[in-house]
Amino acid sequence: MGQNLDINVHHITRVEGHGNIVVNVKEGKLERAYLEIVEAPRYFEAILKGRNYKEAAIITSRICGICSLGHQMTSLKATEAALGLDVSEQTVLLRKLLIDGATIQSHVLHSLFLVTPDFVGKPSVFAMIGDYREAVLRALRMKNIANLVSEVVGGRAVHPVTPIPGGFTRIPEAGELKFLKEKLVNEMLPDCDATVELMHQLLDTIPNFERETEYISLQCDDEYAFYDGDICSSDTGRVPVDQYEKMTNEFVVPHSTSKHARANRESFMVGALARFNNNSSQLFERAQRAAEKLRLKAPCYNPYMNSIAQIVEVVHCTEEAIKIIDTLLARGLKDEKPDQEPKKYGRGIGSTEVPRGILYHDYTYDRKGLIVKANCVIPTGQNLGNIDYDMKKLVPEIIDEPKESIVKKLEMLVRAYDPCISCSVHMLDVDFVE
Amino acid sequence: MKKGGKDKIKVAFFDFTGCEGCQLNKLNLENDLLDILEHVEIVEFREAMDDKADEYDIAFVEGSITTPECVTRIHDIRRRSKVLVALGACATNGGINALKNIHDIDEVRERVYGKDKYLFPTIPVMPVHAIVKVDYKIYGCPMTQEEFVKVFKALVMGKKPQVPNYAVCVECKLRENECLLERGIFCLGPVTRAGCNARCPSFGQSCIGCRGLVDDVNQNASIEILKRYGYSLEEAIKRMNLFNTTEVKVEP
Repeated sequence: MGQNLDINVHHITRVEGHGNIVVNVKEGKLERAYLEIVEAPRYFEAILKGRNYKEAAIITSRICGICSLGHQMTSLKATEAALGLDVSEQTVLLRKLLIDGATIQSHVLHSLFLVTPDFVGKPSVFAMIGDYREAVLRALRMKNIANLVSEVVGGRAVHPVTPIPGGFTRIPEAGELKFLKEKLVNEMLPDCDATVELMHQLLDTIPNFERETEYISLQCDDEYAFYDGDICSSDTGRVPVDQYEKMTNEFVVPHSTSKHARANRESFMVGALARFNNNSSQLFERAQRAAEKLRLKAPCYNPYMNSIAQIVEVVHCTEEAIKIIDTLLARGLKDEKPDQEPKKYGRGIGSTEVPRGILYHDYTYDRKGLIVKANCVIPTGQNLGNIDYDMKKLVPEIIDEPKESIVKKLEMLVRAYDPCISCSVHMLDVDFVE
Repeated sequence: MKKGGKDKIKVAFFDFTGCEGCQLNKLNLENDLLDILEHVEIVEFREAMDDKADEYDIAFVEGSITTPECVTRIHDIRRRSKVLVALGACATNGGINALKNIHDIDEVRERVYGKDKYLFPTIPVMPVHAIVKVDYKIYGCPMTQEEFVKVFKALVMGKKPQVPNYAVCVECKLRENECLLERGIFCLGPVTRAGCNARCPSFGQSCIGCRGLVDDVNQNASIEILKRYGYSLEEAIKRMNLFNTTEVKVEP
């Protein structure tokens, strides 16, 4: 063949953070294909040193605006594990409700605002307003309701204020939850159905590419895991969260300010598709039907389908939010005081499923309740290796296509992972070299 | 500024080092977003669109300056912008990123990247105004949507936007909240710039100072107040530093 191809997409658009795609083919041989992460490092692990346990979640929330709730929840769990703080059943229910809201918000933003423009051939969601006005308005409505959940329970959508170690500074009132439920039932569910219908019509625009890999997510016995569970690998099964280092093995690569990770193979995948592949039988019924209609079946080896798995999760989280509100109202809301008295000191590890995949926070506290050591392992960092290996398989398969089409498919691939680069550096651009 | 038709005001958004929560907060303006778009043309917004432009009537800049590349880029943006607005705590005063500055920089790099610490360049964290002229500031971590819309409207109408220069306590009192300091909870309301409608205290959470200190704040007096409520000087400074490392002048 003897082709040459040089691709260098600088600061890829419609992703969170800064990264470049670099691909280099010389005389038909693939020399380089990777995602270069150029986001400025922020050194959160160092910033946390010496800070009080009540500040840890406030600080780590600022790792990422989009995933702020996810970082808070994971941070609180790590702190509570380290200090032996108890949380009530009501606290867990309210946290799960917050996670549902944040997951819907993030997935709608990614799949409908950032990815769908690719499916309909537009440069941005703003450009979709002419031809797809109803779809854009619907997505805005869905985001709005998801954010309302965060505002009512968390006090704010970006960097919520009420969740603290041991519980909440304020418990929502029954009337507020009833209002949320009405919105979810009367507006969100019909909008979910219409979104599934739209995605069904766009399915043919999703590139047909497969690479089987290792899928890692939380898993628990009684529900589709977001808040709690063991680490589950599609290769080797379940291990407890405190063995997370065995499942991440972070290492530094020169082309990325975000560390890479590996578990049992050269790379693995986390996120909505990994969760779906590991736990799809635990989805609620409406989400199961959405998956069927969107031709998503576990195991699915097409990374582009991650955006579709996100839509399925939007449906699931809506159903879950409604059920949680019903439970909370049936139990009756109690004005509980958070348990903030440390019973022990030392190390605590927390893990939750955030929109982009499994997240770990690991803190060690001294006897004054100050952080001695902190480590955060971010989903996007875990996915970076897998993106590189996908690109290495994809480029030779599409090398005969026009360069424009190759660039587009590479950008779409990176976007499909919903990379959150700020997070991962606690980054994305595409570079082709010819 | 002109508006309508071909002469729509050209607006661009840029992000430096930060969490992009302020960008998200703009996309979260679900109800106002389409109205805003009728009056201006967004010519660059990397997080949401592919297009790029050469010059801007208004540039909104989010994030802190943290690498040599950031310095070059912010100079370039300033050259091409008629009005430059710093957006959010990271841009207006360095925000939480600036906590890095109180640690030894080599130790910080080593803690995160180990032996690979020299792979990625870093400099002390700076707000945007430390490098280029900033015309207006929108404070907060995250910025509030209300304040963004207020400043945005003023600029589009060619007016000078006004933001509060009094303490969060004023807004908190107006909302008739019980004082958190009185309840024994550490609160930065007395020294922090208002404009958030005392959101955190209203949800039972103490003010963490995310909007920066009010101008000409009597830092020693405020530390005296905190000491009176039982907090050590060291503790008070440490808490004030959370979002205000570049502004706190009191030494422990």
